[in-house]
Amino acid sequence: MSSILTRMGDGYSVEMTPEEVRADLIAGSEDAARRGKIPTLERDEYDYLYEMFASPTRIWGVERAHEAILTKDGSTNSLYSAQLSSGVGLPLSREQAFRTFERAFGFDTMEVGHFDYSVKPAKPIVVLEQTNVEGVLHNCIIPVYYGFMPNLGLYYRPDGPYPNPSDLLPRGQIPEARAATEEALVACREDVIWMTGKMAEVGVDGINYDTTASTGDGEFLATLEAVEWTAANTDVSIEVGMAAECVLGFHGQLTYDGERLAGMWPHQQLRMVEKAGAHIFGPVVNTNTRRSTPWNLARAVTFVKAVTAMARIPVHANVGMGVGGVPMFELPPADVVTRCSAAMIMIGKADGL
Amino acid sequence: MSMAHALASSMGGIRTAGDLVARMQMARKMRLPEAKQYVAQKLGLSVTDLSDSTIMRGVREELDIGMITAVPGTARGLEAKARIADLLDIKINSVERLKRKMS
Repeated sequence: MSSILTRMGDGYSVEMTPEEVRADLIAGSEDAARRGKIPTLERDEYDYLYEMFASPTRIWGVERAHEAILTKDGSTNSLYSAQLSSGVGLPLSREQAFRTFERAFGFDTMEVGHFDYSVKPAKPIVVLEQTNVEGVLHNCIIPVYYGFMPNLGLYYRPDGPYPNPSDLLPRGQIPEARAATEEALVACREDVIWMTGKMAEVGVDGINYDTTASTGDGEFLATLEAVEWTAANTDVSIEVGMAAECVLGFHGQLTYDGERLAGMWPHQQLRMVEKAGAHIFGPVVNTNTRRSTPWNLARAVTFVKAVTAMARIPVHANVGMGVGGVPMFELPPADVVTRCSAAMIMIGKADGL
Repeated sequence: MSMAHALASSMGGIRTAGDLVARMQMARKMRLPEAKQYVAQKLGLSVTDLSDSTIMRGVREELDIGMITAVPGTARGLEAKARIADLLDIKINSVERLKRKMS
């Protein structure tokens, strides 16, 4: 075989020689190993990934009997929402969309979520959200999550009341930025807890805290404390999905259970999420658009494998647009999405996606 | 993209036993092999059978725990979940809510 057709991290096709594919697989894994101080992939795992990329088939899949569980962030937005949620703009209600995912697509679980998928905008219309959740709970069989992003960024000016660390830090106002984070995370945590309680009232099966730590260590701490409350006070199953592979240190000194949150990699994030009491952890590994999909996927699987090797709770790796090896493009191509999907389970040992 | 994942890696929800395995992950924090083993034992099947839609179609009808095709008279929604809760020996919040409403 003289060349292998695959993709770059931006979604465009690229032809690579077998030697280039092998080299990228090794380089991607070694990059993850160096950053996370974790093991690289094994020889047979490289062989599996190479065979997968070298195969000319349009799609790939797990071996029979190795199928895993799907949970989905963003709820059913992909059907009725617009480009902002990679949605296709179908004229469906959320209940119709949920039932479509259950019966037409055969999903194992599904979410209800607000169009504007953050906790802050969903709060004022909570009764509408509860009504929609109640509707699907009555009519559907698969587990029902309610999902939202804690999204601490919405609590800072101009969207919220607190001074914005992104404005303060470039001016060298570090104590002021830290104080703003400490105040804002309390408000965010209380909103997450309040919203979770409202969904527990109506009997939801699970709550999904999505893109956790998108605004750094302050948001991670707020979410972990909310997980503690939910685990102690409700019967709601808790999924924590991350936003990025490394927790950004906008504050830099926040700790949870004595460990500094800033700079944590997925296997370290897992420990915090387990301690807080979550049921499912969703690690993220970000895609580098200038690198090939073999590089990105080998890197992502290396990080996830380190998570699953030590996890005491199910791990549902994020394999969406721009994460988990999948190209960062509005329409992720099925040829590489199916490969990333299968590799996360067969090599990464994920319990789901 | 959702469909790509569903075809490549998913158990298939109520086509098979995907919802049941998911509930064990959610309720008891079971990793995938343990969750599959638990459900297989409760259903009297092998782990391999759980992902086989041909086998599970009949099993789900026999146990009346909800099927993917629309067959009148078979358990739907809360009916199916009440039976699933008993089958798997777990609590399902919406089923518990129904019991509270009826008590």
